[in-house]
Amino acid sequence: MREGRPLSLVDRQQKRAEIRAMFKSNVKRRLMVDKAVMGTVVACAVVAIVPLLWILGTAVYYGIPALNWEFLTAAPGAVGAGQISIGPAIQGTLIIIGLTSVIGLPIGVMGGIYLAEFGGNSMLARVVRFYMDVFMHMPSIVLGIFAFLAIVLFLGYYTVWAGAIALSMIMFPIVARSTEESLRMVPWTYREAGAALGLSKMAITLRIVLSQAKKGILTGILLSISRVGGETAPLIMTILGSNIFFEGFASSMDALPLRIWRLSLQPYDEARVAGWGAALTLIIIIFAIHVGVRYFFLRDKSGKGLSGALRLRRGVG
Amino acid sequence: MAKRWYRRDDKAKKSLLSDRLFRFGAAAAGAYVLAVILVIALQLGIESMPIWEEEGLGFITGTDWNSVPGRESFGAFPYVLGTLITSAIALAIGFPLSIGIAMLVMIMPKRLGQPLGYLVELIEAVPSVVFGLWGLFVFRIYFRDYVERPLHDAFGDTIYLFGGTPFGLDIMTASIILAIMIIPTISSISREVMMAVPHQQKEAAYMLGSTTFEMFRMAIFPYSKAGLLGASMLGLGRAVGETMAVTMLIGNTIGARAIPQSLFDSSQTMSSIIANEFIEASPVSIHLPALIGIGLILLAVGLGVNAAASFLVARMVKINKGVMH
Repeated sequence: MREGRPLSLVDRQQKRAEIRAMFKSNVKRRLMVDKAVMGTVVACAVVAIVPLLWILGTAVYYGIPALNWEFLTAAPGAVGAGQISIGPAIQGTLIIIGLTSVIGLPIGVMGGIYLAEFGGNSMLARVVRFYMDVFMHMPSIVLGIFAFLAIVLFLGYYTVWAGAIALSMIMFPIVARSTEESLRMVPWTYREAGAALGLSKMAITLRIVLSQAKKGILTGILLSISRVGGETAPLIMTILGSNIFFEGFASSMDALPLRIWRLSLQPYDEARVAGWGAALTLIIIIFAIHVGVRYFFLRDKSGKGLSGALRLRRGVG
Repeated sequence: MAKRWYRRDDKAKKSLLSDRLFRFGAAAAGAYVLAVILVIALQLGIESMPIWEEEGLGFITGTDWNSVPGRESFGAFPYVLGTLITSAIALAIGFPLSIGIAMLVMIMPKRLGQPLGYLVELIEAVPSVVFGLWGLFVFRIYFRDYVERPLHDAFGDTIYLFGGTPFGLDIMTASIILAIMIIPTISSISREVMMAVPHQQKEAAYMLGSTTFEMFRMAIFPYSKAGLLGASMLGLGRAVGETMAVTMLIGNTIGARAIPQSLFDSSQTMSSIIANEFIEASPVSIHLPALIGIGLILLAVGLGVNAAASFLVARMVKINKGVMH
């Protein structure tokens, strides 16, 4: 243990200086590593953001010249014969979003109510929660195959309902999980207050709890609508695409994503321009639904004005 | 957790009919997801039966793809391989980028980090088909001329991966587009997971005098390993299921030619061959069952990957709840 005498004052000072020097040089290296990593991290963000801006920029740049009244409202003419229009596609996209919401939203919201209000931590609730998460990210084309087999093949014709049912399967897990999360944030005292007033569970849930969680639920719904609105794969085998306006539920129908895909397969320059026009229209429709719903349902609450209206998802950062 | 907020003694049994109906309806809506998964799996299984009877398990390992009547022969191997390769490359590119973005959002002041987070999530709102359009008409051209051709000219003869003729419609282009598309998924989940690390861990690391990067390395990464793995699995699931952008960019070759020889070869994935051929397949031949069979494989892969991911992420968040509250 004790080898030699204790260090003299001079030695001790020397030793301390040595350690300090070592520490300092090490610090320099560590700080450099830190800076390098932080630079890399910033570069990562740039690499991800550039394609986004590039895509939006391209859509606006090529899309704007394509947009005019006829392009947006007329039915597409013969390929290569002048004007390509996307009227039926816009109509179809709006119809399919509406129908999908009619099917998907009640199931989603009720499922969320079950998970938050009734299921608790029971076995069924845990299984349901797990499979909701799994189902949320299922390959969407598989849902298209399912709707094709169960509905189109069964009925013998392409129908709008097949598309809506396939898309509602994308929609309901997203809505259910976000509804559950928002309902859980409502304090228990609200429910107790309702119970103390003698309200039924249904009244408590629908009138008190649900209205408190409105904001989060709507955000989830918007998210699901933007997923559904841009979805193409399940529509290929369910609503097929068409060149004419909506003709009833028991026939094929066009939709913007389908139209964009079909246009991209054509070797004409005007098809490409029309494709960008359709892409820009689709982006604008999804964006308008976002801003519109937020403006009409969520106005004034947060007091954040437009920046609140433009927000995509709650609770980020 | 499941604290009952309503009385449940004997007298309360006579609850309102409407209440019971409401409760039943909610439970049914919840259980709907289980029924749907079961029905989809069963239906794809039953409808793809002819192909399994015809080809047996050889359907998964076979490489033929011939839909000419009388000479039908189908094998799914090239497309399974195509899906695995494109998803793996996409994950290899997208995962580090996503972790980087998640780190940046965490260390930036909230005022800057939040908008960045929204911007990255905006990528998710861009429809897949618009990604495809951009890839097909814009990105592909630049990528082919400024990346693929130089790489091919420099290393094409020596490095096997850069062989083939760069045309832009290939594995590499599709994978890069996929990588961009899975970034929002991975980065938002991994940020959530890293936020779940208790503050004490970070503070302890800082107290020892670590730099920001060392804090991540010492405190956050080890603690959130499982969750980060889960986030990457979610990204993988997204890449496996992605259809339109890949269909528009991968070149859509069929049969044995779809087995890529290099990064610059055209190929085909499970979802893209379904998208390409489903409408033209005749329901009376075994062409349609073959495509449904591929759908079944896709379903199994999707279920497996996403189940693993959900399990890992849920466990991580549960740990968080146990510690923080």
